Amino acid sequence: MVLRVLGKMMIPFIMLFALYVQFHGDYGPGGGFQAGVIFAAAIILYGLIFGIHNAMRVVPPDVVRVLIAAGVLLYASTGVAGLILGANFLDYDVLAKDPIEGQHIGILLIEFGVGTTVAAVMITIYFAFAGRQR
Amino acid sequence: MIFQSITQHLPILQVVLPLIAAPLCVLLRRPALSWLFALAVTWASFAISIALFIQLEHVGTIVYELGGWPAPWGIEYRIGTTSAIVLVVVSGIGSVVMPFAKASVTAEIEPARHYLFYTCYLLCLCGLLGVVATGDAFNLFVFLEISSLSSYVLIGMGRDRRALTAAFQYLIVGTIGATSIVIGIGLLYLVTGSLNMADIATRLPEPGTNRTVLVAFAFLGLGAALKLALFPLHVWLPNVYTYAPSAVTAFLAATATKVGVYILLRFIFTVFGAGFAFTAMPLDTMLMALAVAAMFAASAIAIFENNVKRMLAYSSVAQIGYMVLGIGFATVGGVAAGLIHLFNHALMKGGLFMALGCIFLRAGSVRREAMAGIARTMPWTMAAFVLGGLSLIGVPLTVGFISKLYLIRAAFEAGLWPFGVLVVLSSLLAVAYVWRVVETAYFREPSTEAARATEAPLSMLLPTWVLIGACVYFGIDAELTVDTAFRAATSLLGAQP
Repeated sequence: MVLRVLGKMMIPFIMLFALYVQFHGDYGPGGGFQAGVIFAAAIILYGLIFGIHNAMRVVPPDVVRVLIAAGVLLYASTGVAGLILGANFLDYDVLAKDPIEGQHIGILLIEFGVGTTVAAVMITIYFAFAGRQR
Repeated sequence: MIFQSITQHLPILQVVLPLIAAPLCVLLRRPALSWLFALAVTWASFAISIALFIQLEHVGTIVYELGGWPAPWGIEYRIGTTSAIVLVVVSGIGSVVMPFAKASVTAEIEPARHYLFYTCYLLCLCGLLGVVATGDAFNLFVFLEISSLSSYVLIGMGRDRRALTAAFQYLIVGTIGATSIVIGIGLLYLVTGSLNMADIATRLPEPGTNRTVLVAFAFLGLGAALKLALFPLHVWLPNVYTYAPSAVTAFLAATATKVGVYILLRFIFTVFGAGFAFTAMPLDTMLMALAVAAMFAASAIAIFENNVKRMLAYSSVAQIGYMVLGIGFATVGGVAAGLIHLFNHALMKGGLFMALGCIFLRAGSVRREAMAGIARTMPWTMAAFVLGGLSLIGVPLTVGFISKLYLIRAAFEAGLWPFGVLVVLSSLLAVAYVWRVVETAYFREPSTEAARATEAPLSMLLPTWVLIGACVYFGIDAELTVDTAFRAATSLLGAQP
């Protein structure tokens, strides 16, 4: 009972913290990888307390699998966007009028791609191991 | 204008194309659709590698800066003649195996997993190409891990349950190899403060003055030797080749160990320099000793092997010995012979393993007893196997002959004629193991499996014959391979005075 109540209280904050680490990564410590792990930890905590069935209802495994691919795609297509706009692969300068703003947008997109894939992979690993008995 | 900008970005497209295609394959999901998509991507990447190869005729090295950051700070891709050869081999084999894979994968892997198979295949291709294209030491490690991790999955998909233990064994050994490579890179970074390979080479202290460099050299050598399955670190290889799905065996046998050889070459010649590796350190003696041991021990084991796939796996270990022997000579001729054999062996082993894939599809087994008399029911497949086998022995008019000719010539030029004799003697062992299969397949009464078998489908037979045909073509007209290999070897050895 205590676990359920506390867990319900904690999970939104864990997710919020994940988003903070994600989008604050270019100013302070953090970034996509750490944020992805924290976000996945929130889902895994939910799964541990309320059962894997409920966790799978919240984030269906098929959707998670699509997210794994989507994160990598976001990363790669950000790189290719630079290439199409006339610079080298992964050159963010050309993503906006101002090179500094371009770098900013570039790294945000890249890190978001990393975060998505890392979170999705962590959740998939958890589902794979926890769902083994059935 | 657009065409020009594409040619300018070829080095990165070579690697990024399969990287983007892999997650798209996950999204496609339908077996036939993901196969078609993967096929298009592998062919496109083969076209890119050929375009790069042609581009190199005009410029010495192609350099590409990722993100527009200049070299020692940013990651740069650096493609020279050696890397161009390996790129063509890897992407070429990757694109020939793809049409073959359709029927073979359908028979050996459950349909629900097909899209994952093609995803991993593309990732593995991306990793192998990345290792070769990059000029950054840490980037090399990352791509090596991409290719290794995806190949563990590919191997584990084999129908035989022992595929899982083979994949696990490879995972352990491969991880040890990758770890020692990353330790070596870390130590080099400690000494030089750089991760760019060309930059490291200029910053390395004089040989013999820094012990950290020695340790880094040892770790990198060990890691590369594990990855290229140099005798006696080859133990993972036979199980992997035997139990992996046929298409995976054909692909990995022709590419993965070759990329291992490339890593060895890259670190010896362009990072440490031949002077350090061969004069200050006794690497040449070690390589030659281990290569000769591989040539004889692995060939001898191959003779007594009843599973033909495993027999060819041991033969691969022996053939890797020839490549390493050439490198061990530490002369232009020797390194060129190693590179020639790298190219040629990819053709013949790719073709041979694909022929075995055909037999596995129809007869359900590649044990020698099951293959008795199979030449009557599968004449085209067995004819391909015989030609590939002849090439393995080194019969004139096949690529194997060209390889051995230049290897023996290099031995004599280097004043190491006993090694030339050893190459000929070890070829006799190849005659023995190839003959055992040929004798069984042609002159025995058909086994029940062989009698039931029918000729393999054209989609598998054709790619097999493309590689076997290339074996004969490059065996007759070797000018292109030999010229390019000598150019590559000259630039590798010329990098250091």
